[in-house]
Amino acid sequence: MNILVYLMPAALFLGFLGLLGFLWSLKSSQYDDLDGAAERILYDDEDLPGN
Amino acid sequence: MSDAARETSATAQAPSVARADPGLFVRMDAGSREAKLDLVVQSMHCAGCMRRIERALGELDGVSFARANLSTKRVAVKWDPSRLKPAAIVEKLASIGFEAVPFDPKLIGALDQDEGRKLLRAMGVAGFAAANVMLLSVSVWAGLVSDMEPATRALFYWISALIALPAIAYSAQPFYRSALAALRNRQMNMDVPISLAVTLATGMSLVQTIVNAEHVYFDASITLLFFLLIGRYLDVQARNRACEAAQNLLGLRAVAATVVDADGSQRSVPVEALEPGMVVAVAAGARVPADGIVAGGISDIDTSLVTGESLPELVRPGAHVFAGTLNITAPMQVTVTARDEHSLLAEIVRLMEAAEQGRSAYVRIADRAARIYAPSVHVLALSTVLFWLAMGSGFVVAITNAIAVLIVTCPCALGLAVPVVQVVATGRLLKHGILLKAADGLERLSEVDTIVFDKTGTLTLGRPHLIDEGVSATDLSVGAALARSSRHPLSRALVESAGAKPLPVLSDIHEEPGQGLEGRLGDEIVRLGSREWVGASEFGAAAHGGPELWLRRGTARPVCFRFVDQLRPDAAETILALKALGFSIELLSGDREPAARAAAEALGIAVWRAGARPDAKIARLKELAGEGHKVLMVGDGLNDAPALRVAHVSMSPADASDISQTAADFIFQGAKLGAVVEAIEVARKSRRLVFENFALALAYNAVAIPLAFAGFVTPLIAAVAMSTSSITVTLNSLRLGRLRKASE
Repeated sequence: MNILVYLMPAALFLGFLGLLGFLWSLKSSQYDDLDGAAERILYDDEDLPGN
Repeated sequence: MSDAARETSATAQAPSVARADPGLFVRMDAGSREAKLDLVVQSMHCAGCMRRIERALGELDGVSFARANLSTKRVAVKWDPSRLKPAAIVEKLASIGFEAVPFDPKLIGALDQDEGRKLLRAMGVAGFAAANVMLLSVSVWAGLVSDMEPATRALFYWISALIALPAIAYSAQPFYRSALAALRNRQMNMDVPISLAVTLATGMSLVQTIVNAEHVYFDASITLLFFLLIGRYLDVQARNRACEAAQNLLGLRAVAATVVDADGSQRSVPVEALEPGMVVAVAAGARVPADGIVAGGISDIDTSLVTGESLPELVRPGAHVFAGTLNITAPMQVTVTARDEHSLLAEIVRLMEAAEQGRSAYVRIADRAARIYAPSVHVLALSTVLFWLAMGSGFVVAITNAIAVLIVTCPCALGLAVPVVQVVATGRLLKHGILLKAADGLERLSEVDTIVFDKTGTLTLGRPHLIDEGVSATDLSVGAALARSSRHPLSRALVESAGAKPLPVLSDIHEEPGQGLEGRLGDEIVRLGSREWVGASEFGAAAHGGPELWLRRGTARPVCFRFVDQLRPDAAETILALKALGFSIELLSGDREPAARAAAEALGIAVWRAGARPDAKIARLKELAGEGHKVLMVGDGLNDAPALRVAHVSMSPADASDISQTAADFIFQGAKLGAVVEAIEVARKSRRLVFENFALALAYNAVAIPLAFAGFVTPLIAAVAMSTSSITVTLNSLRLGRLRKASE
């Protein structure tokens, strides 16, 4: 059972990374225009907000 | 002038609503000293459009940010105001073929966009915690049947507590807040038992963890929150989306008024800034911005949106004109008298306020369910405690079982039952160009048994159409050639009927407001207009009643063009379909009797009334409501607005007056009236699905509650039951999207 000492923090850490990623994406307005996001992948060149 | 040149000048003259100066809508960002502007670009519909818009704006000098939003059809721009004028942005978009309309910042403020974002954040946190706690719980459940040691189990529980406690404290806030608000008003809502169950379950689990007991419910409470937050978020999202679309429609008609100062100079101001006594210039083709008295100019005024009257009215200096009416023939100046107690607008607003007070508060199905549900859950939990205490069990057992009851009855399924249906229904309506504005609109629409229509602009398209009987092609083309230089609705209808035919070229055309047009074709004087204008009575030609135009070429006998306000293309089938569905149908028109009678007869509407003023419409609707009918009012004019508010539920076409759109629960786009049938069908199907969902939730509770009461519900059973019922309800709701394919 000692393996748990490594595995559980690892699992939690990875999950936490996922949560941070979600919160970041939320904060940077990535959920504001879902229809637009679906279309934007069709742009050939790099698309940066503000350019 | 060549035909082509005339064509261009005719297009240039085509009525376009005077657009507001974009400078009025700019907001300043205090920190970065940047100007911000939101524009509605209705014609944007693909990746290419977004790309072109963003590129074009990026090329402008001084623009630091340009982002197109396809879901809301809006473009946000930020720029350095010292280097760029706001009008240049709109012009730039026009140059690449997109009509952009500045968006009123006040409308943006009206929408609580933060709410959706907060819920989404809470949902993310709850989702993360639920996944991790569930991971640990599943290990424990697996361990129970194998060889997990109590020490390991305790470790798992402690870690679960570590994750669940902060996550619950954060993501349960929306429910706590709403429950507190309800309790403060001495009311019950669904959030009270939810908050109680989550709090008790978490608290008990913490105690169980500390005493190292066998069962904890961290996974149940956090999963519960996760499911409920999904439902809550969908609800807010659907509402926001409809709200945004409705705002865009209103924003599209943002008009500014041109004020003429005492020294004769003109400036553009927002309509709200108009004060009584100001003089505004109203260009031909523009809407009158405020109620007032004509100070200069003679013109025809199209009042169809305000009074339902389909023919324009001649106004001279001294005549009263109303806000929202369309100036057709010639420029004029109007002295503003708005805020006049006796103005039409003031009267409409008064009626609307009265209507608002009279409308009984509608209790949504979900709230009605909560009213039954919340007390019964509490009674059940309490009786569980009492039962086990009476049986001589310890206090801990009694409380544990009571909490189990609270958890399993917790309305995951109930919480999802309404929102998921609402989301699917809203999406389906949106595809048909119907916007749902009121959150409870679908539920109210499903109860309707009587439909009252307005005529002008609702059953009809609100514009005249030529009846082709006995008009020679030559007369038509000469008439159309003359009519081309007029904005009068009858003239425009005449031009439209002439289609793409080559038209003769006339010279020396001038228009006499309220009378007609005169021009020269070769040596002949040609006149087009009223009977008097062409001198038809000399020839003994009789009037037909109804809208007509007369054409006289030289000394020849005048010919008559007759018009009808054309019914919407599918008006007749819509009325038939609605009758087949068992609705009783009425027509309440503000127009004159012959016009109303003709429409009623053409559509087979037996009950109709003409010349109905706004208060008469309200009186009729109240009478119907008094007889126990639930009325759907469909109307577009300013004069319909109070009636729309008084009715049980209401719909407006998208080209209706602003006030009507604000008052209506649904707005439909496009020329087809079939939207009414579609909306009613969706509403009825939604209602059926909501009740099915409630039945499913009830069936689940009927099984789960006795188990919990008896103390058989372990965390595992709670988790399985909860997920199954939520998924069943969601899948059932999604059937709404599929039902359409079956019906088409």
